[in-house]
Amino acid sequence: MNAVAAIEPRHAIGQRLRERLFRGATVVAALIVLLLLGGVALSLLTGAWPALAHFKLSFLTREIWNPVTDQYGALAPVYGTLVTSFLALLLAIPVSFGIAIFLTELAPVWLKRPVGVAIELLAAVPSIIYGIWGLFVLSPILQAHVQPWLINWLGPLPLIGKLFQGPPYGIGILTASFVLAIMVIPFIAAVMRDVFETVPDVLKESGYGLGATTWEVIWQVVVPYARTGMIGGIMLGLGRALGETMAVTFVIGNAHRVGSSLLAPGTTISASIANEFAEAVGDLYTSSLVALGALLFLITFTVIAAARLMLLRLDRRALSSV
Amino acid sequence: MKRRAVRKLTNLVALTLSGLATAIGLFFLGAILWTLIKNGLAGLSPRVFTEMTPPPGSSGGLLNAIYGSVVMTLIGILIGGPIGMLAGTYLAEYGRTTRVATVIRFVNDVLLSAPSIIIGLFVYELLVIRMGHFSAIAGAVALAIIAMPVTVRTTEDMLNLVPQGMKDASTAMGAYPWRTITSVIYPAARSGMLTGLLLAVARISGETAPLLFTALNNQFWSTNVLAPMANLPVVIFQFALSPYPNWQQLAWSGALLITASILILSVTARIVVSSLNPAGKR
Repeated sequence: MNAVAAIEPRHAIGQRLRERLFRGATVVAALIVLLLLGGVALSLLTGAWPALAHFKLSFLTREIWNPVTDQYGALAPVYGTLVTSFLALLLAIPVSFGIAIFLTELAPVWLKRPVGVAIELLAAVPSIIYGIWGLFVLSPILQAHVQPWLINWLGPLPLIGKLFQGPPYGIGILTASFVLAIMVIPFIAAVMRDVFETVPDVLKESGYGLGATTWEVIWQVVVPYARTGMIGGIMLGLGRALGETMAVTFVIGNAHRVGSSLLAPGTTISASIANEFAEAVGDLYTSSLVALGALLFLITFTVIAAARLMLLRLDRRALSSV
Repeated sequence: MKRRAVRKLTNLVALTLSGLATAIGLFFLGAILWTLIKNGLAGLSPRVFTEMTPPPGSSGGLLNAIYGSVVMTLIGILIGGPIGMLAGTYLAEYGRTTRVATVIRFVNDVLLSAPSIIIGLFVYELLVIRMGHFSAIAGAVALAIIAMPVTVRTTEDMLNLVPQGMKDASTAMGAYPWRTITSVIYPAARSGMLTGLLLAVARISGETAPLLFTALNNQFWSTNVLAPMANLPVVIFQFALSPYPNWQQLAWSGALLITASILILSVTARIVVSSLNPAGKR
């Protein structure tokens, strides 16, 4: 740089100023990103403070949600959020794993790209579309065909029977989990595929050289090698499921209660906020909803941060789709 | 011999199941698109594009909602895009492996997957409460915050693809970093960065949750960005859950419109990327 200044002194002053301006602009932009996360946390806490100060810890443990008497507790939405996300992952993980295996180990080259793109497009469909599809197409089917079957065959069983009792509403915890599962499948599948592709060919070839079948190579070579990345992908899917709003809002039924049956309507944190926030009157009501938001932020932040830390160890460029 | 048969059978079963899983994924994409086309096309007439959202029972279109969506997406990307690109430039060219850059990268990745409804609440606290009412500009800011991390990520990835030799050549000629970045690196990475913007537009144009309590909705034609403004996602939300057949029909048409435009955007972006990087896997 000094050589430039020596040859073109007058020109260089303008250059140096512009360098400082440009560099400054990029630094400011980067700081905005950094401050944004802190700003979100801070504003949520401020907004949630009146409710937290009023209800103290009982906010977390009470099921009641009554705008008339101004009594609010987060138990039902938190329960709904955790249960729907857990069930969604239970359904989505095996399917995503299958898709990732198909795309990396099985599909002929000409099929890889179109199928991969199609799965990624599934991730691009806006969540509100999943919502109306879930409400008008999926839930009538579940109500007429799947739920009566579950009630008949699983309802009388000991222990897990409780989960499948009561009338088939169509909408409810189970339907929401189902829609969530369809939504997170492309995310988890895309990460798993990317992670599988980081497995060195030499490792796989050694497996085949020893006479292993394709499945044995996948299960005993690819999966152990890619384990951390797979868990990271699953956690990313979990983060997505926990915070998903519109798809769930349509099919969950918005009932603030903790029921034993998965077929009954419930609510999640995001669905409660989406349904009630614009119409909430009274400071305590609004503040309670923001407090729910703060809880959601805390839960998803933990999950996403853990997922990112696990994926950090992998080459970032290998993970194009996250 | 028997063990070998068992192993082969296990292999066959496992691989069949994985093919089945892929079929399941594709089936749902097909089912959703089919529902949208079937229900959406039925109500798709020129009136959808020329008339305002109607009161229950009478006919109308989605003109004000389409306009509002376009305006808010545009403002959103105009705010979020440049900030995201500059921040991405910092990460790729100035910050690189410094501790600050690593932290910012991590924070950006967290923002990338943060629930959009949280962003909506944030903007509500930040703008709506201070202004005293819902407004299109609040909606646009929420969308900008969602578009930003996407742009940061794609910009950084695209700048990293530019060969180090080109950067070195420019530096060797005595160019300051800003000159190298604007005259060498940006032109080389242009189509990639544009793709990032397209993906960001695709991401925000279907967002509903953050608009529910920022832009809200407006039954009438409004071009005032300081007032509530209609937008497709919120109109779809309200109309789909209403008991009126004409509203539900409009919701389906709106859903088809929005999904079609997003899928077209994503596919275009992918085509650009693959033509840009033929050696890459995708």
